Amino acid sequence: MNFLDYAPAPESAAILNLRDEYGLFINGEFVPGNGESFTTISPATEKHIATVSCANEQDVDTAVVAARRAYEKTWSRMSGADRGKYLFRIARLVQERARELAVAESLDNGKPIKESRDVDIPLVAAWFFYYAGWADKLEYAGMGPNPRSLGVAAQVIPWNFPLLMLAWKIAPALAAGNTVVLKPAETTPLTALLFAEILQQADLPAGVVNIVTGAGSTGSALVNHADVNKVAFTGSTAVGRQIARSTAGTSKKLTLELGGKGANIVFDDAPIDQAVEGIVNGIFFNQGQVCCAGSRLLVQESIHDDVVERLKARLSTLRVGDPLDKNTDVGAINSASQLGRMRELSDIGEQEGSERWSPACNLPSEGFWFPPTIFTNVSTSHRIARDEIFGPVLSVLTFRTPAEAIAKANNTPYGLSAGIWTDKGSRILAVADKLRAGVVWANTFNKFDPASPFGGYKESGYGREGGKQGMHAYLAPTASKGVNR
Amino acid sequence: MTMETTRAGTTVAPASRALDVIGGDLTERSLRRYLEGIPGVDAVGLEARAAALGTRSIKTTSKAWALDTIIRLTDLTTLEGADTPGKVRSLVAKAMVPDPDDMSTPRVAAVCVYGDMVPHAVEALGSAHDDGAPGRINVAAVATAFPSGRASRSVKLSDTSDAVAAGADEIDMVIDRGAFLSGRYGQVFDEIVAVKEACKRPDGTYAHLKVILETGELNTYDNVRRASWLGILAGGDFIKTSTGKVTPAATLPVTLSMLEVVRDWHRLTGEKIGVKPAGGIRASKDAIKYLVTVAETVGEEWLQPDLFRFGASSLLNDVLLQRQKLTSGRYSGPAYVTID
Repeated sequence: MNFLDYAPAPESAAILNLRDEYGLFINGEFVPGNGESFTTISPATEKHIATVSCANEQDVDTAVVAARRAYEKTWSRMSGADRGKYLFRIARLVQERARELAVAESLDNGKPIKESRDVDIPLVAAWFFYYAGWADKLEYAGMGPNPRSLGVAAQVIPWNFPLLMLAWKIAPALAAGNTVVLKPAETTPLTALLFAEILQQADLPAGVVNIVTGAGSTGSALVNHADVNKVAFTGSTAVGRQIARSTAGTSKKLTLELGGKGANIVFDDAPIDQAVEGIVNGIFFNQGQVCCAGSRLLVQESIHDDVVERLKARLSTLRVGDPLDKNTDVGAINSASQLGRMRELSDIGEQEGSERWSPACNLPSEGFWFPPTIFTNVSTSHRIARDEIFGPVLSVLTFRTPAEAIAKANNTPYGLSAGIWTDKGSRILAVADKLRAGVVWANTFNKFDPASPFGGYKESGYGREGGKQGMHAYLAPTASKGVNR
Repeated sequence: MTMETTRAGTTVAPASRALDVIGGDLTERSLRRYLEGIPGVDAVGLEARAAALGTRSIKTTSKAWALDTIIRLTDLTTLEGADTPGKVRSLVAKAMVPDPDDMSTPRVAAVCVYGDMVPHAVEALGSAHDDGAPGRINVAAVATAFPSGRASRSVKLSDTSDAVAAGADEIDMVIDRGAFLSGRYGQVFDEIVAVKEACKRPDGTYAHLKVILETGELNTYDNVRRASWLGILAGGDFIKTSTGKVTPAATLPVTLSMLEVVRDWHRLTGEKIGVKPAGGIRASKDAIKYLVTVAETVGEEWLQPDLFRFGASSLLNDVLLQRQKLTSGRYSGPAYVTID
């Protein structure tokens, strides 16, 4: 037998206790929506998981009213210590139900269970634990002696890390004393709805968190609602622009976390085997559907061939397939439309003269799949070097000097992430200093921690999530006496 | 200063592999330059990769194959001051019939003993002693003033040749860690070359040479990688992590970094070098992580006794218990495997 054809080791979906239909979570309970219900499917099999309500403008208004009431009557009056208790309770419940949440996430999103189990869900719990600690320490957030909350936060999140993005949004908002109306992505509402059950379990006061499911129109109704004080959005740059436009001239505070085209810079003195691992983790983690993915590999010319050879050998050991199998490294693409975009841009890459390579792998016939792909001979002018592909597609470019590496890395309208691989500490500091990216990883990639701020430069958005800076997005300094705000 | 310069210019033994790869006048200086030119290891990244490999879930048929493979790759070991001929005979009996209740259990690759116990092992093995046929068992002897390596060169060499003369098929030597850590790579190199020569039999063939790096004393992964290259360049057939007498002994990240060297050597020369983690691997679950690491780093073809071994004593019994569980569907207990 072939040992490397590991026998199937599937995580059982039987642990899930899903309903056939899910309503909107408004004012502490599930209610039917007035929009047209939609189904959420497993991208790995295209099989139906559940029917989900769609919130129309009226539902969104009901949710915002509930959030406002909860803000005025309960949440803004509660002591920070008490808010913290709820957040700690939520964090513990997430840990208790971690396995279930991981399975649901992999089922709905298509990401490998090893990632939802070892990365997404533990980070969700970590985010709530971290911000629970902030709830009674707002005066140390660096915004003056008695910072105040903003009010009702409208939050719209993407499908690539459904529950983790929910945690990034909800945890700091609640810690600061705001109430929330959150819209999960249309293709991945499942874990947000399970999270609503966790909120019921935690006995969170009604209306403090409301979850409205639906597509773009629901999100638009939410961010344009007149009675929200804060809008937080993570998603595409195009939608981010629309939101910036529609909130301009209002008193809504806005943070945006948008696209990226991260550069992973490998110098010739890099720890080569770990760099190869980091490149793989940078672009094939979550099928490359990561806004901060290291989608542009900038490798020093002298080691280009060696790195590419090692990379190809490593890619040949990646296991693509059933997201629920514990040995799967690369799962399914989230939706048909995303898959279409990957195919289109990859074809353009070939037409523009780049060399395309993928390891031999048998992709399942059902579902949405794209093999891990690398492009060599890529020029900076090629579209695959400029456009965000948001898939497991790596463009390999070269450089000769550190100055050239920095220039090429910064030569993008985006500025979310970058990576530096070198054995030389002084070079890490010198290069990181000149990179126009919100996050710069050194000798690692795609590492997240609740204490570390995350966010972009330029078209990657503004505002920070995580850390003390993440609290600033949900707080305002108290106006000094006599000054009317 | 003068002494340094003189030493750097000193020529080292003209081992053929090193001549091919480093070329020219093989000196302490050229050897050092070569070893210091090897890319560094990032400890955090290496350990993360090893941990990730450790999360592979090996079930059902894969697990059954893995358990049998672990047995086939084991150097069943006894290295105690208190060893007796009787203990060695008992070990050999276990090596030949690991599980008397299940004769389908494969045999181990070798028994590993101190040099003076080689004649007893050879005698006890009788016709099961290796003649190259499958299912035969090798006798491995530790040599070169194992485990510390603190003896004169001549003592180490006669330790080796004695064991070979007594019938040892494999020699597990220790490198001079003191010399290595103080940067005297040439001295370590020369010693390995000399021990390799001492492995030569009258008929011109050689006993297999395993070079023990004693990674627990080398401290950094950069050192492990450098010592691995050194051991291979000097002619080792295997590189081995540890004596088992120093803590930490074999660890997954250390073994991974050695496998990466072996993979790179194969890419460079086409030649396949073996790897032997030894000491500290007691549970089947851990041993399976090593199999995964081997298969995903150098390839599945390394999972054969010529290229990969476990140096272990108590591991075998845990594998047998797991094997019984797979066959019968229930766990037995330590009373159902033999102690030796």
